[in-house]
Amino acid sequence: MVVVCGSFQGKSPVKRHVPLALVFITGFLLVIQYFVPNDASDFLYSYSLDWVIVIGIFATALGLWSLVKVTTSKIKRRQRGWGYSVVTLVGLVVMLVAGPIWGIEDGTLFMNLFWYIYTPIQATMFSLLAFFIASAAYRAFRVRSLVAGVLLVSALVIMLRLIPLGPISQVNQVFASWILSVPNMAAKRAIAMGVGLGAIATALKVVTGIERSYMGRD
Amino acid sequence: MNNESSLAHKLLSIDRRWIFLVLAVAVVVPVFVDFSVPIHVTSEVKAVYDFVEAAKPGEIIFLAIDYDPQTMAELHPMTFAIMRQCFNKDVKLIISALSQNGPGMAEQAIGEVARETGAVNGEDYVYLGYKPYFGIVILAMGQDFRIPFPEDYYGTSLDSLPMMNGVRNYDDVRGVIDISGGNITEAWISYANGRYQVPVALGVTGVMASDYYPFLQSGQVFGLMGGMKGAAEYETLSDQEGTASEGMRIQTVAHSLIIILIILGNIGYFISRQKGKQI
Amino acid sequence: MILFVALILFIAQTGFSEPLPAPAVSDVPNDNGHALDISWESIESDSIGDVSAYEIWRSESFEGPFELRGTVPAGVFEYRDRGDKERSSNNYFPKGKPYIYFIKAIGETGSFDTPPSEPVSATEQWYHAGKTPVLIGTIIFSALALYFVQIARRGKKLYIRPLSGIAAVDEAIGRATEMGKPILYLLGSGTASGIATIASYAILGRVARKTAEYRTKLMVPCKDPVVMTVAQETVKAAYSEAGQPDAYEEDSVFYLTSMQFAFVAAVSGIMVRERPATNFYMGSFYAESLFLAETGADAGSIQISGTEQVAQIPFFVVATDYTLIGEELFAASAYLGRDPLLLGTLKAQDYAKAILMFILIAGTITMTIGWSWFADLFRVNLQ
Repeated sequence: MVVVCGSFQGKSPVKRHVPLALVFITGFLLVIQYFVPNDASDFLYSYSLDWVIVIGIFATALGLWSLVKVTTSKIKRRQRGWGYSVVTLVGLVVMLVAGPIWGIEDGTLFMNLFWYIYTPIQATMFSLLAFFIASAAYRAFRVRSLVAGVLLVSALVIMLRLIPLGPISQVNQVFASWILSVPNMAAKRAIAMGVGLGAIATALKVVTGIERSYMGRD
Repeated sequence: MNNESSLAHKLLSIDRRWIFLVLAVAVVVPVFVDFSVPIHVTSEVKAVYDFVEAAKPGEIIFLAIDYDPQTMAELHPMTFAIMRQCFNKDVKLIISALSQNGPGMAEQAIGEVARETGAVNGEDYVYLGYKPYFGIVILAMGQDFRIPFPEDYYGTSLDSLPMMNGVRNYDDVRGVIDISGGNITEAWISYANGRYQVPVALGVTGVMASDYYPFLQSGQVFGLMGGMKGAAEYETLSDQEGTASEGMRIQTVAHSLIIILIILGNIGYFISRQKGKQI
Repeated sequence: MILFVALILFIAQTGFSEPLPAPAVSDVPNDNGHALDISWESIESDSIGDVSAYEIWRSESFEGPFELRGTVPAGVFEYRDRGDKERSSNNYFPKGKPYIYFIKAIGETGSFDTPPSEPVSATEQWYHAGKTPVLIGTIIFSALALYFVQIARRGKKLYIRPLSGIAAVDEAIGRATEMGKPILYLLGSGTASGIATIASYAILGRVARKTAEYRTKLMVPCKDPVVMTVAQETVKAAYSEAGQPDAYEEDSVFYLTSMQFAFVAAVSGIMVRERPATNFYMGSFYAESLFLAETGADAGSIQISGTEQVAQIPFFVVATDYTLIGEELFAASAYLGRDPLLLGTLKAQDYAKAILMFILIAGTITMTIGWSWFADLFRVNLQ
């Protein structure tokens, strides 16, 4: 619904009111649907989900078009880093073509590219986080205030769980378990409640038409 | 004074490339130097182990392998440890892989453990594979596994698999263990446990683990394995030698290094603050 | 006499001194009418030995035929007979059709059948009573929101506490303009209909309007094609609102890839090459949060972040200059625009939180003293 409405320019009264009406009716119906357990309600829910899937498929085509457009434009204008755009396009075409032509079973070009190029790259990128955590911890974990000090001590207690320090480890484990099960749990629960309320408020604003940024303003 | 300020400056402005280099050495060296790290087992991991250990031969556990290759290092050891424990006890597994890039990786893991333990596809385990829109899939499986998965990953009809005879939905499994690197966990908690009351345990990455303590405390989740440490605890409990226990050596050294870096940074910070006060 | 002895022997054989009751069958509450609940009493008899399982049999009439619906182990005395709503399904369970059940106890040396139950049919309900606390909460919150919106419309000033992250937005955009460098805005990894992404569109609209006024270059790489579509409309409309429709470049909002770390790598490359003065991270972020924030810090950008993903908040707090924590992301659009309608809903959130805090405290006290009735008022039964 957001994407359908996002495509409206919002210039004429019809184009302004129809999307808002669509959003209101759909949002209201789906709220009612949550409290109604019968077959008609189930049908409405699964029908809405089918629409989400269909819109997602069409939007994937749009996304592909956007990617191709941006990369070819960069190549044509020989902008800085245009070589990477060539690699992007080649990779896109090869994977798109390799799957349908040679299949996706083990040993095919598609799966070899997936296992021997894509997977190691993904794992490597994820592993880089370890280095970034080290540099971020060094840069930012300074005891600038009492609150920062409490944060730092908590972080140290949790990290020390993994370092064998004999009897100190046993005492530390007790504190670490307490930190995870009590203040951490309480804080996470409180933030989750706040996020939940914020989410309800945002949904209410969208459904009632107060929040219209997704469809462009008048 | 000048020495202090120069020391403070040095401690506060270590080039991050030196940090990266030292960390790289700290990660690589323990791979070749063998030493063991004592693993303290927590109650939340023990709860998962006890749940599987208490299963009787012939009972079915649903194992959801919901992660991509990028989180393999932390989560694969959990998958291996649980599968080995189940197959060694003759506990059957229904396995799904609802993460986009995970099905092939999950299939490899299943194949490896099945060869090790002699488990037979269709009799000791059923691998359902992947379907998109995990929320819908998890909901639908509450009615019948055959709704989202009329066939298994290999294209065999579920009705023709001996293990699936009389097995329809979550009512016929002992519980669900979801090993996940993303937000699929919340769908299992909301739909499988919330709607269908099936017991759910989680295996998640270290970063995610602290988020799920509220669910553990409220009873929506009965067990929680967090990161490589959680996997190592499970391997210790089930008496298995796996990659997580070996990885704990590396993690211990890396964490020690990060703690040292934090201390150095703060020493430099305090020295510079003292100098600032004196001026 | 012989009959009496035969009766005694029969009773001794079966081990029952009185006839067993039929199973109790009832409609499952709060459902779509395709399930029935069956419960029975424990069956113990010397004639069949220890009971190992119970079978649940069903028929449309007392004469049969009966079909086996399920088996439960000994010790379990209830079963939910659930079916499908599709007529074409093998397990079609029609609404309103009466069914009769009996239980067969399977023992070591035989089995025993209970008498059949009375016919009971499954019916659908139009309201899920188990979700009543959710309905009441929704009504209360909506009423609060509407009330404060009305108050705001009448011109009353509503106080909200300052947020440093929001106050820094204008300054950050101004910095980019002075330096002649672009602004990078990331909407996160959420879907287009995700609440955090919707909140981010609102902030993007305001940021885009400023960049249009100041003629600062804006880059919005997107991870989802649907998000890209909506973001393009948002930025285009913002430029029109600022009176600079010609300044809008369609290529400023572009799709990269849906793969997490491929997206991170591409955005990191943009940061290193373009060296944006300001980075905005607003939306749902996952493992890529620290990666992006550290790369941006290394590139020398001012960074303002906001996410509802609780696990990523610590990374943003540590690595970015300003962080909107959790619900502050949803409040940001109200802060930036100072629209009375948006401020009204923000105020409603605050009052709702106050009510929640009162309930939490009251619940803790009542449970501590053993009054569980208070907590039971808020119990939601989703079955």
